[in-house]
Amino acid sequence: MSAPTVLRRPSPARLSGPTGRRLPSWGTAALILAALAAYPLVFADSAAHNIGILALTFGIAATGWNLLGGYAGQVSFGHALYFGTGAYTTAALVRQGWSPWLAIALSLPLAALLAAAVGWPCFRLRHHYYSIATIAVAEIVFILVTNLPGLGQANGWELPVVEQSLANLQFSLLDKRPYYYVALGFFCLAALAVWLFLRGRAGNYVRAIRDDQEAAAAVGIDVHRYKLAAAALSGAVTALAGGYYVMYVLFVDPPSGLGLDLSVSFTLMAVLGGVGRFWGPLLGAWVLVFVQDVTRQEFSGSGRSVDLLLYGALIVLVSITEPGGLLAIGQRLWAPVARRLGGGRGGKAAPEPAGSAEVKP
Amino acid sequence: MTDLLQSVVNGLLIGAVFALVAVGLTLIYGVMDVVNFAHGEMVMLGMYTSFFAWSLLGLDPLLSIPLAGVSIALTGALMYFGAVGRVLGKSPLAQVIVTFGLQVFLRGLAQFLWTPNTRTVPRPWAAGLRWEIGPVVIGGPQVIMAVGALLATGAVAYFMNRTRLGGAVRAAGEDPAAASLMGIDPRKMYALCWVIAGLATGVAGALLMNSYSASPTAGVSFVLMAFVVVAFGGFGSITGAALAGLLVGVAQGVVGLYAPSYTLAAALALYLVVVLVRPQGLLGTR
Amino acid sequence: MTGALLRIDNLSCRFGGLWANRDVSFEVEPGAIVGLIGPNGAGKSTLFSMVAGAQRPTSGRLEFDGRDVTGWAPHRAARAGVGRTFQLMRVFGSMTVRENLTTAAFGRHSRLRDARRRADEVAELAGLGPVLDSPAASLTAAWKKRLEMGRALATEPKLLLLDEVLSGLTPTEAREAVEIVRTINRGGVTILMVEHVMEVIMPLCHRVVVLHYGQKISEGTPEQVAHDPTVVEAYLGKAL
Ligand SMILES: Nc1ncnc2c1ncn2[C@@H]1O[C@H](COP(=O)(O)OP(=O)(O)OP(=O)(O)O)[C@@H](O)[C@H]1O
Ligand SMILES: [Mg+2]
Repeated sequence: MSAPTVLRRPSPARLSGPTGRRLPSWGTAALILAALAAYPLVFADSAAHNIGILALTFGIAATGWNLLGGYAGQVSFGHALYFGTGAYTTAALVRQGWSPWLAIALSLPLAALLAAAVGWPCFRLRHHYYSIATIAVAEIVFILVTNLPGLGQANGWELPVVEQSLANLQFSLLDKRPYYYVALGFFCLAALAVWLFLRGRAGNYVRAIRDDQEAAAAVGIDVHRYKLAAAALSGAVTALAGGYYVMYVLFVDPPSGLGLDLSVSFTLMAVLGGVGRFWGPLLGAWVLVFVQDVTRQEFSGSGRSVDLLLYGALIVLVSITEPGGLLAIGQRLWAPVARRLGGGRGGKAAPEPAGSAEVKP
Repeated sequence: MTDLLQSVVNGLLIGAVFALVAVGLTLIYGVMDVVNFAHGEMVMLGMYTSFFAWSLLGLDPLLSIPLAGVSIALTGALMYFGAVGRVLGKSPLAQVIVTFGLQVFLRGLAQFLWTPNTRTVPRPWAAGLRWEIGPVVIGGPQVIMAVGALLATGAVAYFMNRTRLGGAVRAAGEDPAAASLMGIDPRKMYALCWVIAGLATGVAGALLMNSYSASPTAGVSFVLMAFVVVAFGGFGSITGAALAGLLVGVAQGVVGLYAPSYTLAAALALYLVVVLVRPQGLLGTR
Repeated sequence: MTGALLRIDNLSCRFGGLWANRDVSFEVEPGAIVGLIGPNGAGKSTLFSMVAGAQRPTSGRLEFDGRDVTGWAPHRAARAGVGRTFQLMRVFGSMTVRENLTTAAFGRHSRLRDARRRADEVAELAGLGPVLDSPAASLTAAWKKRLEMGRALATEPKLLLLDEVLSGLTPTEAREAVEIVRTINRGGVTILMVEHVMEVIMPLCHRVVVLHYGQKISEGTPEQVAHDPTVVEAYLGKAL
């Protein structure tokens, strides 16, 4: 047969490359947490803190996206809907005088419900059909919020500036470290929730669904139910990011809370860092926020921006070179080093499938 | 009543452009199973080409149609060989993401090179034309766009359904392995799809400059509309896309009459209804 | 006959103008190994899909373990005790072999530790030990077939549907696989298997059902079926 292998229709099984464990060990988690906690102390200027806050916040959203898109394989391009649910619910309630903590907390089950409600019909669709449907739903909501009275329309909503305190979730803009550490706290919460979900049966089930939906059903997995569960948690986590984001910038309008670009950026963050990898979205968020910040300064005033250009180039580059994202590239570069350093322990970083497959049954 | 008639006519006319944009999208989808999220950006680049042909060379948008077509066809080939062709057979996610990346890249490129400002060709030749048929007024640009779009759409359909090469493209889409046994190189056929899609979107872009303005985000609403059209016509069906384009255009025109802010929302709702109730589209059999 | 584990009653399945199955009826008694044979396109896999709930019958009735399971969703059928393999292997490619088995075992064991234990038992039984930690996507076809069997077994089925798990194997591999099937059956699992290789069917199956163009044309012991003139004709002189 002369047909080159590249021309075969892709099997969903290879969504993010063959590998086993994707969940972090306690050691890795502790190491990353320590680095994150030290960051604002090492980089002391307010701009760096701003980058950190945004990276953590969008890292939360992208981690939420990754649960559904990366682990469960349901690629949503409409996650701004849940970010917006968090942002708008929080904004609405805080404007009524509610505590932001309570407001954010309330927005989470709301977003979970919404995600399940959207998923109920849409999860009957597969692949592109599903992805485009998520765009459609999110864009419809975007248009409704922009035009219908009651949610600030195109002008958006401002949140009142009140006394600075942890209870009010408002801090000094001169020293943004409190914002940073609250963001870190929220990130830990989100990561923990996602980790708990993925750790046991549910995690196995959603990965099975991603790999092969028919086979998953054949071993007794209620495919629809587990997609809904993943969507609900994913929506809630993304809403958490939206709720905190609106408390940080004290403003929300349709483009900043519900826009298609926002949905795209969550996806891109996860893909850039490493889709279906636990820390991938955070890494991707950090890189994108950083790139955006640097290029903004570089080209400010010219009306031109280079960040979109760079994002796009990065994404294309990652997808054609290593769909596993920066983390996979890092792992690949690290593997030979680790092998040389650790001697016998080298196999751990990069599982070698070749040897085992040659064993005859 | 007159308003309704007018909206239907307007809708039909713009629907022809939707059809032209959608045929390329549905062609790429049908043959390669790839959704080109950067499709609207190809239209956008076609618009810019036409704009610069006017501002630098003084060419009317009608005269820049060949230039825009060829330029975007080349762009399409570049997109295929530079990016999309390299992820074929890799993970489905990479395939979805790569055109998404291209979308962001092209939009960013336009913004970087030409700023976010909108660019308009002030008085295209077609703007001087105007017809009144009974109570209905038909503007020259609209007619020119529709006629041009219908001709181009027809040309693509003719090529795909009536020519040997078009047959080879379809064969590659249906069964790449069998096609390559018959001496057809599927990857050449895929590249051809992108060239055709580029031609179609380039022509559409130049036509659109008769009454729309170019901007980095000009393609967004067209690609969303094109998704609706493609779903409506049945994913992969060229004839379906052509007919659905007209239908969606009319639907948009009528909705626009009563709720102008909600035309896109209505179209997207239509998409949801179609894929959920009749996933094979109006004409599709899959 | 009240003791049947699976009762297929006038089952039909139509794809457009094509009847993949037409008025098929037969029963599978508990503890048996029943063979399902027929030329290519006879409708064997379609019948499996209907029993497993993956394909809705156009008409007819399915009774499993005393319950009417017609039109049940596949995960419900699996929970009820129908395990299946796929002719075109469909393993969970991003997971290791062990994770594949564990995922299937989670159906009856909600705790990770119990599911793991079940996975290890199955791996032992199906001889998957050497590849336990390999990514399933990297396995050879022979290993994938075995994993399919193991994964279905890990769901602790009462009835196991095996779709051509022996074809394409080398003689040694096939002999090993036959042994595994026997062992599974001795463990109390009823087996309905599609197979083309008659040398395998003859000694292994207690009873054989023959499909041709979607219809049942013969049923009986392997010897009876092998000498049935309609069957011989269906195979167009193919040596049985
Ligand atoms: N989803 C489907 N849609 C349309 N036709 C189908 C579908 N599934 C199966 N068929 C057709 O139904 C008939 C029976 O197919 P089936 O796969 O059940 O046969 P089989 O006996 O398993 O064949 P084989 O020995 O080749 O595996 C074939 O003609 C096949 O093309
Ligand atoms: Mg079969």
